[in-house]
Amino acid sequence: MNALFEFLLRQGDNVLVLGHRTSEWCGTAPALEEDIALANTALDLIGQTKLWLEYAAEVEGEGRSANDLAFLRDAYDFRNVLMLETPNEDYGRTLMRQFLFDAFQVHWLTALTDSKDSRISEIAMKSVKEAQYHLERSRDTIIALGDGTELSNKKMQAALDYLWPYAREIMLVDDVDEAMHKDGIAPLPSEILAPWDALVKSTMRDAYLTIPDSNFVHKGGRTGQRHTEHLGHMLATMQVLQRSYPGATW
Amino acid sequence: MYAQLVKSTGKNVQSLEEMSPQERAFQERIDRGEKIEPKEWMPDAYRKNLIRQIGQHAHSEVVGQLPEGNWITRAPTLERKANLLAKVQDEAGHGLYLYCAAETLGVSRDELYEMLHSGKMKYSSIFNYPTLTWADMGAVGWLVDGAAIMNQVPLQRTSFGPYARAMVRICKEESFHQRQGFQIMMVMANGTKEQKRMAQDALNRFWGPALMMFGPSDKDSVHSAQSMAWKIKMNTNDELRQKFVDETVPQAEYLGLKVPDDNLKFNEETEHYEFTQPDWDEFYDVLKGNGPCNHERLETRKKAWDEGAWVRDAMMAHAEKKAARKQAAE
Repeated sequence: MNALFEFLLRQGDNVLVLGHRTSEWCGTAPALEEDIALANTALDLIGQTKLWLEYAAEVEGEGRSANDLAFLRDAYDFRNVLMLETPNEDYGRTLMRQFLFDAFQVHWLTALTDSKDSRISEIAMKSVKEAQYHLERSRDTIIALGDGTELSNKKMQAALDYLWPYAREIMLVDDVDEAMHKDGIAPLPSEILAPWDALVKSTMRDAYLTIPDSNFVHKGGRTGQRHTEHLGHMLATMQVLQRSYPGATW
Repeated sequence: MYAQLVKSTGKNVQSLEEMSPQERAFQERIDRGEKIEPKEWMPDAYRKNLIRQIGQHAHSEVVGQLPEGNWITRAPTLERKANLLAKVQDEAGHGLYLYCAAETLGVSRDELYEMLHSGKMKYSSIFNYPTLTWADMGAVGWLVDGAAIMNQVPLQRTSFGPYARAMVRICKEESFHQRQGFQIMMVMANGTKEQKRMAQDALNRFWGPALMMFGPSDKDSVHSAQSMAWKIKMNTNDELRQKFVDETVPQAEYLGLKVPDDNLKFNEETEHYEFTQPDWDEFYDVLKGNGPCNHERLETRKKAWDEGAWVRDAMMAHAEKKAARKQAAE
């Protein structure tokens, strides 16, 4: 196993899958400003995907491109965390998912700017600015919707309850992480848990939401061992042209 | 662009002599090329016409996201996906400037939405056509944005200040979209046999609807004269349609695609193409709500609006609570 390749796929697939999910909102957000913000977020994430997967393809050295990786791998070769492939459901869940990810991503990318791998530190430097903006927005929205009305509070609580068991998969540690840590490429994701936890707690307090009393974590996405049923459907849509017309240029 | 059949007062255009002194002064300012600003006096009919036109344009930007959203999730490469996302983001932004321009005339965005949802206001007929293959993303950019630009470039000189200024920004982005669309077509037209077929099929389906975007022929366009006198419409429908055909046909030839019009020919004398009029019966059917996607488009927008109500309500409630808490703390 090429640990660096695995590591890069995890980074790239997280933003690809979340970017895709976010793009599903096109033209149907609760307000025009939200349409703009969602398209902007999706655009950032797809841009970041390109950087990660291009590097992954180079590291793999099998002649595959970033597009080959995005559009011609099947579900079991995807390395995104499960939370990001869960369906949008409603605006509340979409923004809650975004926040739980952003709260990790800002700390994570900040740490990656110190990576010994200069390419990774460059990607992190570019991406972290976008992630900070995403976090600012998703955090404000969570607080507004948690605080807003009785109905919105109920919906946000339901979103948090649903996503909570998925939220911390991203901070689990395995051999790939150990190898990255050893080589000074990345910190252990578990090192992000404390700042993540603090940010999530303070945000949920401000949003009048209760963090579920459970430490259970769904896993299997970042290792590719067991994705949700949702990913296959997403890929069926996303990959349809590349799969249907092999070798065509678009 | 995107404003077709905007109903005017229905009256004939008055001569300067027939106008009241106030109306005459207003018309003379327009004739001198001055911009009218929101707080200045304007005839009621001018205001109403502009609200309809700008509103229709804004709605078209918003509804126009949907046929493209139909392919964002299936875009074939990361670059194409990013381009399309950037494009719909621009379109939502255009909608926002235009609603703001309309607001300066005394109508809120919510009121305009209400009129869209109830069918009192229209959006461009073009968005009632389906996008069936990836080549449609090329055709929409090339033909639909291309037609939009024809109309919008002159509107940068329109008499109402906020509308003219919104157009300046919108035009820059639209011409970028048009080039992007053409580039998709070029790749498809030079691609595999299947891709060429998709490209030709997209042109076949979008050619007529694109010609319809300019509105009915001048002789049937009862509302144009007053709008032109007020400079909220700068060219006649037929002038713009001709310009579009003259510019687009050579582009199709360059792509190696056939414009679906057997009567198309270049007239050496007039230096213009002669072409077949689109199917105007179809146009009126689409306007009446019988286009292939009228139902879906409007339902999608209404559903989005209704399902988003709790979010908008919560945002408002939060803003009020926040302000109250701040006041209590002071």
